[in-house]
Amino acid sequence: MEHIRLPKVEKVRLLDRVSPRRSRVGTLYLTATHTIFVENEAAVRSETWVLHSLVCSVEKQAATASGCSLLVRCKNFQVLHFVVPRERECHDVHLSLQRLSQPERCEELYCFSYKPNVDEEERRREWDFLDLKADYSRMGLPNSLWKLSPVNQHYKVSDTYPADLFVPQSATPPVIVGSSKFRSRGRFPTLSYYSKENHAAICRSSQPLSGFSARCLEDEQMLEAILRSNPRSDFMYVVDTRPKLNAIANRAAGKGYENEDNYSNIKFQFIGIENIHVMRNSQQKMLEEAGSRRSDFLEGLESSGWLKHIKAVLDAAIFIAKAVAEEGVSVLVHCSDGWDRTAQVCSVACVLLDPHYRTLRGFMKDWISFGHKFSHRCNHLVGDPKEMSPVIDQFLECAWQIMEQFPCAFEFNARFLITIHSHVYSCQYGNFIGNNQRERIALGLRERTHSLWSYLWKNKADYMNPLYRPDHRQTEGLLRPSTAPYCFKSWRGLYNRFDQGMHPRQSAEDYLSAIQEETQQLEDQLASHQRVGPPTRPPEANVAFGGRCSSHQTATVPPIRPSHSTCNPAIRLLQ
Amino acid sequence: MEFAELIKTPRVDGVILHRPFMPTVEGTLCLTGHHLILSSRQDNTEELWLLHSNIDCIEKRFLGSQGRIIVKCKDLRVIQLDIPGMEECLNIASSIEALSTLDILSLMYPFFYRPMFEVLEDGWNSFLPQNAFKDLETMTDEWRLSEVNKDFSVCASYPPLVAVPKGVDDDTLRKVATFRHGGRFPVLSYYHKKNGMVMMRAGQPLAGTNGRRCKEDEKLINATLRPGKRGYIIDTRAANVAQQAKARGGGFESEANYPQWRRISKAIERSNILQESLIKLVEALNDQSHNMDRWLSKLEASNWLTHVKEILTTACLAAQCIDREGASVLVHGTEGTDSTLQVTSLAQIILDPACRTIRGFQGLVEREWLQAGHPFHQRCAQSAFSNSKPRQEAPVFLLFLDCVWQIVRQFPCSFEFSDSFLVLVFEHAYASQFGTFLGNGTAERVKLSLPQKTVSLWSWVNRPQELQRLTNPLYEANSLVIWPSVAPQSLLLWEGKQQGGGGEVTTHERGPKMRARSVGPTH
Repeated sequence: MEHIRLPKVEKVRLLDRVSPRRSRVGTLYLTATHTIFVENEAAVRSETWVLHSLVCSVEKQAATASGCSLLVRCKNFQVLHFVVPRERECHDVHLSLQRLSQPERCEELYCFSYKPNVDEEERRREWDFLDLKADYSRMGLPNSLWKLSPVNQHYKVSDTYPADLFVPQSATPPVIVGSSKFRSRGRFPTLSYYSKENHAAICRSSQPLSGFSARCLEDEQMLEAILRSNPRSDFMYVVDTRPKLNAIANRAAGKGYENEDNYSNIKFQFIGIENIHVMRNSQQKMLEEAGSRRSDFLEGLESSGWLKHIKAVLDAAIFIAKAVAEEGVSVLVHCSDGWDRTAQVCSVACVLLDPHYRTLRGFMKDWISFGHKFSHRCNHLVGDPKEMSPVIDQFLECAWQIMEQFPCAFEFNARFLITIHSHVYSCQYGNFIGNNQRERIALGLRERTHSLWSYLWKNKADYMNPLYRPDHRQTEGLLRPSTAPYCFKSWRGLYNRFDQGMHPRQSAEDYLSAIQEETQQLEDQLASHQRVGPPTRPPEANVAFGGRCSSHQTATVPPIRPSHSTCNPAIRLLQ
Repeated sequence: MEFAELIKTPRVDGVILHRPFMPTVEGTLCLTGHHLILSSRQDNTEELWLLHSNIDCIEKRFLGSQGRIIVKCKDLRVIQLDIPGMEECLNIASSIEALSTLDILSLMYPFFYRPMFEVLEDGWNSFLPQNAFKDLETMTDEWRLSEVNKDFSVCASYPPLVAVPKGVDDDTLRKVATFRHGGRFPVLSYYHKKNGMVMMRAGQPLAGTNGRRCKEDEKLINATLRPGKRGYIIDTRAANVAQQAKARGGGFESEANYPQWRRISKAIERSNILQESLIKLVEALNDQSHNMDRWLSKLEASNWLTHVKEILTTACLAAQCIDREGASVLVHGTEGTDSTLQVTSLAQIILDPACRTIRGFQGLVEREWLQAGHPFHQRCAQSAFSNSKPRQEAPVFLLFLDCVWQIVRQFPCSFEFSDSFLVLVFEHAYASQFGTFLGNGTAERVKLSLPQKTVSLWSWVNRPQELQRLTNPLYEANSLVIWPSVAPQSLLLWEGKQQGGGGEVTTHERGPKMRARSVGPTH
């Protein structure tokens, strides 16, 4: 609370980004966790709540006659343009918000003060909802080819890896440790996905410390072991997801990539995905274009390069997924440290490969445990802005692009992805705090915070895709999306989420969900009537069944929590 | 003339057909007077029946003794035929070229086509002006149906019956016709039941450089205004274009002579520019390089979505004047047969829930396009691939359908029809076994006796089995005015239209089904 210099400012104007003429006047409140704007108009006391942890930047513009502008940009792409009457007040709000939105210590994060009305036992159960080991046993592991290795207990070998890791049956601890010494930050090759059907696997690691000529016998043995764990295949792919130039530059620093001559039976492949800095700048440009009203929007979108980068990630994932499903060949994926591009590509490949990851529960796979640096990439705490990068945004967007091409293949809808996106940045739940498992355990997140997955599961009615048809020929097994340029669309639902006028005014999906829900109710009703006995209903009772339209009118709007709503409010206007 | 004279080789065996996203078919290729047919001659296999009139252009290639013909269709499909034997290939190619460029209306397929289905309702009689007028009469008695044009002598592109203000007699109409481009005097296009405001359309006034005026014209359009009310004239041309039109005898309504009207200029592009835009768009879509760097700038450079935006914006403006401002509107450009119709018909989609049903949409196409004299034959003679010199071609109607699709995407539950209905109308406007889109106006249709000699597209559509296929399962009548968003971020590329030529489909679960349908109900 000591950071709030001014808890309340009156007569503040909130301008609409799309049509600045439309503005609202109200009172601005600063609380410990939220900025709240309350519109004055008595009839509609509309409130806008913005979580401090979602604030990305606060910019104060020069004062004019009408007041002083304060531009608040959020990590969920909301942009709030306030005009504060007096410059002094604006200055105070500016400083307070800047401090509040950039906590210095982990303990200040919202998840440690977020206390929904849930008792302690239930809170603990929330965390049991996701069991990483269950996913491995779903894959049929451990088996005669892959084993759970205790080598990284207490994070001794790699402090950014999780404790439980699967490695080839033939990989001995000395081989693993030797290999880890030859890899950046000790991130040795380990299993990410295993295909029960044909034994092909996706493994991940960081780059080898090969420099210009160094080699490591254990690392070569490690790859050999991975190859042997796929008995039907006589070679494996090693995919370096960096552009070749970047990888070559790394060699000078004693890092680099695998030399095909030193490793037996590998096929080495570069797939040029740009680094986190390029991605950050690209998204910045893309967001500027998405928020503009200029008519050359498409050209701006292109020059941002954003869709090109999305395509690069998807292309890489398709290559890996096809290698596994169609060729039955195992793949080792790495980039530099193996926690950004590698994480994206492996997870998108999994979504393409296995229908399980296209279900609500499956998608919640713990993408987190392999040490994607959420705290740094999402800038949860005040820190190096150069560490920030939209890696997780790109993963979610890839899933969305696939979803657009296969509308019946996913159990969840786009709102699910957008909600996850919000909470990756909101710090409301403990899931996305910290940079790796070791840090998360040290912070006691399981003991002190709530889990997003259980929240999503409880509200799953909002996130179900009514078109989901897992048994269809085109939605089973491997998805093969087209990557022709015109298949990539700008994700208006996420990046223009708060520009209400831009979205379709009706949602076919919500409409279908409402019908499904209603059908279910009617069927339940029918079943209960049948249990009661022969129909003794008076004739009017039929009207309740026949009069679908009238009851339907109200059912068209599914229950949506305002803070997570992505569907347009206009559908309500139409009723 | 006999078709046989043009067919050098009627039949070739061992031809291989390649179509995007479908298995190749080997079979016998036959040329008839109107069709290119490929059949594997096995039971239960699909045959390709392609109307020659649907062929926009062909390309020949030779690989050894094997010939290859790439057929690019007006509906934007591209297919490839591998033909053994160089001579056969050349013969087939020149026959297709001759047959597909026949420009004699009376030899077109609709005159030879006999329906294999039971006609439940003759589409030629489904949307007669007198019936539409009966509906109007239930709402207002301020209008009358004039027969002034019954022999097409007053306006060649108007139908024999048009709705005009009751207080204006036929002599006045004749005088007004001499003052409007192509004789297109202002007629009623739409009556807004909610507030009694109207939308009229016309050709440009022939004011010329010396500012000619026509008292009767002023009287006619003023007759539609309520006392003390002002109306809006929406000119679909940029201000400078309208100004330049004066030099050629055209022009616009001067403020001095039309003090009760406010003129608004909106720049909707015209024929050649639209045709080029379509060609560029399809080129960009067919670019096989899969290069992300250039795709969006090519799409942007085609300006297609800009045209969509301009047209939609103008239609929204017209609808806004009527519904929000409570004012009557007169829409015109130059001839009043292209951009004018785009605006008046889209405004009705926005304002009138009836136009969002399958039948209502047919009625709209009949009223605002076919009977209103849009020159379909000229505009749709060629499509995006043809390399012959363009004459009057322009995707004016296709742009209208694209705009409708944009609104459908934004209000997916408010339209009774699905995407496939719009694609169907698009296909039949360019090539069809039905007579509906033949000719350039009612006069020509009457002269060719189309209603007697050909079948109407609506006769085929308005049968339960077809209607069911074209219905949007999510439809729930929405009685409100629907305002679409025209922000560039809101406009999308219409995949359904591009599927034929696009080479790849964007929505796998929907695409193949639509493309699998061939040119119509002939088989």
